[in-house]
Amino acid sequence: MNYYLSEELNDIKEICAEINEKYIIPVRAELDEENRFPREIMKIMAESDLFGIYIPEEFGGSAEVFGGGSVALAVATEELSKACGGVAVSYAANALGAMPILISGSEEQRKKYLPGLASGEKFAAFALTESEAGSDAGGVKTKAVKDGDSYILNGTKQWITNGGEAQIYTVIAQTDPSRGTRGLSAFIVEEGTPGFSYGKKEDKMGIRASSTMELIFEDCRIPALNLIAREGHGFLVAMKTLNKSRPGVAAQAVGIAQGALDEAAKYASERVQFGKRIDSFQGIQFMLADMATQVEAARALVFCTARMIDSGERKYEKESAMAKVFASDVAMKVTTDAVQILGGYGYMKEYPVEKMMRDAKITQIYEGTNQIQRSVIASALIKETAARGK
Amino acid sequence: MRIVVTVKQVPDTAEVRIDEERGTLIREGIPSILNPFDEYALEEAMRWRDELGGTVTVMSMGPPQAEAVLREAVSMGADEAILLSDRAFAGADTWATSHTLAKAVEKMGDVDIVMTGKQAIDGDTAQTGPSIAASLDWPQITFVGFVRELNQDSIIAERYVEGGCEVIRSSLPVLITLLKDANTPRLPSLRGKMKSRKIDIPVWGREDLELPENEVGLDGSPTRVVKITTPEIISNGEMHHGEPEELAKLLVDALLGREAE
Repeated sequence: MNYYLSEELNDIKEICAEINEKYIIPVRAELDEENRFPREIMKIMAESDLFGIYIPEEFGGSAEVFGGGSVALAVATEELSKACGGVAVSYAANALGAMPILISGSEEQRKKYLPGLASGEKFAAFALTESEAGSDAGGVKTKAVKDGDSYILNGTKQWITNGGEAQIYTVIAQTDPSRGTRGLSAFIVEEGTPGFSYGKKEDKMGIRASSTMELIFEDCRIPALNLIAREGHGFLVAMKTLNKSRPGVAAQAVGIAQGALDEAAKYASERVQFGKRIDSFQGIQFMLADMATQVEAARALVFCTARMIDSGERKYEKESAMAKVFASDVAMKVTTDAVQILGGYGYMKEYPVEKMMRDAKITQIYEGTNQIQRSVIASALIKETAARGK
Repeated sequence: MRIVVTVKQVPDTAEVRIDEERGTLIREGIPSILNPFDEYALEEAMRWRDELGGTVTVMSMGPPQAEAVLREAVSMGADEAILLSDRAFAGADTWATSHTLAKAVEKMGDVDIVMTGKQAIDGDTAQTGPSIAASLDWPQITFVGFVRELNQDSIIAERYVEGGCEVIRSSLPVLITLLKDANTPRLPSLRGKMKSRKIDIPVWGREDLELPENEVGLDGSPTRVVKITTPEIISNGEMHHGEPEELAKLLVDALLGREAE
């Protein structure tokens, strides 16, 4: 499918493809095996100007060149994910961490934090999840208590992507526990702040090149100026952030699926059984045809949603959820089928598809499980139907 | 620091075959690329520019299409580019090519250092670099694997030669040719790619360089290619595995032309 990407968007694709070939593919199995964060690769991405593509020019980025930044981010994330979902999410999670500042931060906060993120000199992470607050953000127990010109944070965040690697954290905490989600507020916490430390690094099923860590706040005092938006607006900031970042997860899913499809198609063209290439058998052909069609449909949904966001549309919660749920389900299905086509070889770590299958699974879970996404889609649908009925 | 990097557009691969009848290279269907050795020169130039300040100018002599490799160099971070192109330059050998490039370096003025790859992967002569230095009457350091020091007055470079390494200090201006040991060339950046599409690349011809007709192109080339052939493979190597005693015996027998016992 030709999406008629601009020359500038094609530049992103080309650069990512070159990074894949020269720097990611040669080490992806090793990063996976060793659960190792790809610092060297992130440095190369920074030198290639990839971290600023969703940040406006006035803050050191280049979003305007690409007509916004959502499509740009989708193009980069998809391309990198073809090679490694773990490296790709380490890249894309920066956008997730920066988004609260970009969307709801004050002018001072944007000026202070975005240029370092746009250059890739610093990394960001978004911290919402806790042991008892996953899909239900109202369960957040981390507290922020105002004390003069400061807030004092106490609590533990869990499963934070880029934890331990990022220098800038956007953290959701309770400022008024009596008000549930309306008592949540968003804060910026810098690495090195006294009272802020890292807990255990998780040992995951997939995306093992990415860092997933606990963040521990013990009487962590931060300036009151680090409050994003207003007290009580934390849930809103988090939802706006996730709505905007979900096409990124969807793009990651499309990339992983495309990577697996490419491997399966290549293998099927080389593998000979019963004296013939296995891609001459209809059973394999139909599998490949379905995989290719699903990947293309998922990509179309992701690009359309990202274009919608870039064009300035205000409401895209439903489309964003649709892109995420569809693309991630496709990724799981396509990677599973890729393993099937490679048969015994597919199950072995010598071939990359078993890793792709493990990497795909998380896309159905993080940044809102697919069940939550379906609830979002359904409630939007019910509202639309009700509005038509009037 | 004003640095010039001379680059060449070459066919992409060692798989270029020879048209035996005509004695020429078969270039059809083979994409052109920036000579890989020139990438090391470009990277080295950019590293020193980043450290000392100044500019990196890439320069190439070739047909109008050679502009593509100059744009590629700009996408990797070169500041400006100049193409030397003129019908009169056609058919130039290494002498005429280096003489033309040297004139362009002179025309630029105030160039501190010229860097280039040790050789181009198509002709493999390794003559153009040294010959530019000769034409400019500059000192030269060829086969540089590591540049230890560079400042406004001098350079200290390690020259890798068979079985050893010569450490050479030279005054500036100087020309150096780079080996792949020198560095790892960077990838193009997004900003670089965008700049490379917009940058205006001046084209200098024979008259711009004030060169007489008999000093450029075929007329200015003393070299005559009499014949190009593919070397015949006389004998294939053999590989043997085994214990040293066994292998030594095998080798001695082979050298003496004896049938192995």
